[in-house]
Amino acid sequence: MLRLQEIRKTFNPGTVNAKTALDGLNLTVADGDFVTVIGGNGAGKSTMLNAIAGVFRPDSGRIEIDGTDVTNMPEYKRAGILGRVFQDPMMGTAADMQIDENLAIAARRGKRHTLRWGVTAAERDTYRTLLAQLGLGLENRLSSKVGLLSGGQRQAVTLLMASLNRPKLLLLDEHTAALDPKTAAKVLQLTDEIVEANHLTTLMVTHNMKDAIAHGNRLIMLEAGRVILDVSGEEKRKLTVEALLEAFMRVSGSEFANDRTLLS
Amino acid sequence: MAQLINAMPGAIAQGLIWGIMAIGLYITYKVLDFADLTVDGSLCTGAAVCGILLINGVNVWVCMLVAFAAGMLAGGVTGLFHTLLGIPPILSGILTQLMLWSVNLKIMGGATIAFSSRNYSVVITQMELAQAILVAFGFCAVLIVLLYFFFGTEIGCALRATGNNEKMSNAQGIDVRFAKVLGLMLSNGLVALSGALLGQYQGSADINMGRGAIVIGLAAIIIGQSVVSAFGSNFALKLSGAALGGVIYYMVYTFVIWLGLDTDLLKMLSALVVAFFLGASYWKKTCFPNRKKTAPAGAVTGGEGKDA
Repeated sequence: MLRLQEIRKTFNPGTVNAKTALDGLNLTVADGDFVTVIGGNGAGKSTMLNAIAGVFRPDSGRIEIDGTDVTNMPEYKRAGILGRVFQDPMMGTAADMQIDENLAIAARRGKRHTLRWGVTAAERDTYRTLLAQLGLGLENRLSSKVGLLSGGQRQAVTLLMASLNRPKLLLLDEHTAALDPKTAAKVLQLTDEIVEANHLTTLMVTHNMKDAIAHGNRLIMLEAGRVILDVSGEEKRKLTVEALLEAFMRVSGSEFANDRTLLS
Repeated sequence: MAQLINAMPGAIAQGLIWGIMAIGLYITYKVLDFADLTVDGSLCTGAAVCGILLINGVNVWVCMLVAFAAGMLAGGVTGLFHTLLGIPPILSGILTQLMLWSVNLKIMGGATIAFSSRNYSVVITQMELAQAILVAFGFCAVLIVLLYFFFGTEIGCALRATGNNEKMSNAQGIDVRFAKVLGLMLSNGLVALSGALLGQYQGSADINMGRGAIVIGLAAIIIGQSVVSAFGSNFALKLSGAALGGVIYYMVYTFVIWLGLDTDLLKMLSALVVAFFLGASYWKKTCFPNRKKTAPAGAVTGGEGKDA
């Protein structure tokens, strides 16, 4: 479903701030895989997702989604086959627009915008059903402005938006990091349900090792812009946080320098 | 006093015409979050195009249609400056505005042209104030209805999303550059239409007629907003507020002139009024950051229970 070949990206090249975020990254993800992505700060996790989403063009390398070379495709065109949720709950939705309007925009991802209605009555019924499944009481607030919702509610709506039209790839960029633990757990549970129900191929970046182990069927660890650990199947099911830290030290030859990860 | 009352119908008619301009400006300033200075030029472009075509014997409705198209073209230039050349919004508008100064002089063949309603058949004139108010009101009403429906369509929603959250729009497959250019074109088309009506109303077009138009338009939007916000947040209501703001602006304008205020100071006063209101909303946000309508970022079940 996804194939990254030798992706390289250096930010601010030729300056003192030059930072090689991706350093010959290779990754192949099979259809239906749910991959959790961990790594220290600056390991290239978000940069990898942004490269896949087309936020920037990599310096070199090739990105293939479902057999199509998308390396040079602009972000808004690529959006048609992707679903994305960001870390900042405010980023994934349009605050001054209604819940149903936000969902309708997501439903038209990758389609031509015309002078037909932005939201139809039939769509509203569909959205009401989908929102009811979130269990947050949003099904009765279709015409509420999204800006009135809490961060967790907004993130749940964004998740629903990202799953509409069954994207070929769902990209979750630390989408629970800005939420309190209880809310984060709820959003993660919703993530599992939505991924399961739609059989979505998913990449989920997280700072939380426990979450990375508990969710998905494959786990990769990034360090200095490359994949340094790739665990799946039975081996992943048996994984523990201690084993992960040990594996990190073995592969990278250094301590896992990330307070947030160690504490969580 | 009688003098003041006599002046009011004219103020209302002019206010409604400027209201159309404010509605156009609303699209860029509020919907797209783009401070567009093109309007200072495109207002005159609309009057100049309409006037010169009238003088050449073209039907007045065709004149206005071409004026609208000319305004769209001007907005398109600003849009391309911004999206294609990466020039910041305000500077893009200033560049187009400066270009339009030359363009407008060329269109008119001089600094002013006259096309009095005595010699040409126009749809609106200050000679017939009752009719002028009716026509200007009709234009406002039709435009508000059309825009209300337009912003409910897929393209309209894409425009609103672009102004709201560009990152989200990109992620949801909206071509934000196209949306911005389209919004600027539509906005300046309306501003030029307002200019065409204003030209007919006065019976002339003048190279200076758009100077400071953005300030008047902003004042109308801000005044109107503070009046209609008490009645809800419906989009049609907000657009009506912009038109109403234009009327209030011109009524106050007429009033302070009647009081004997030096007319040379009027532009300064307009600018100060806008600065005051913009400053007030900034200070409100700075001093009372917690008075936002959103629930705390964490809670899943928080937030306000009722619809907006």
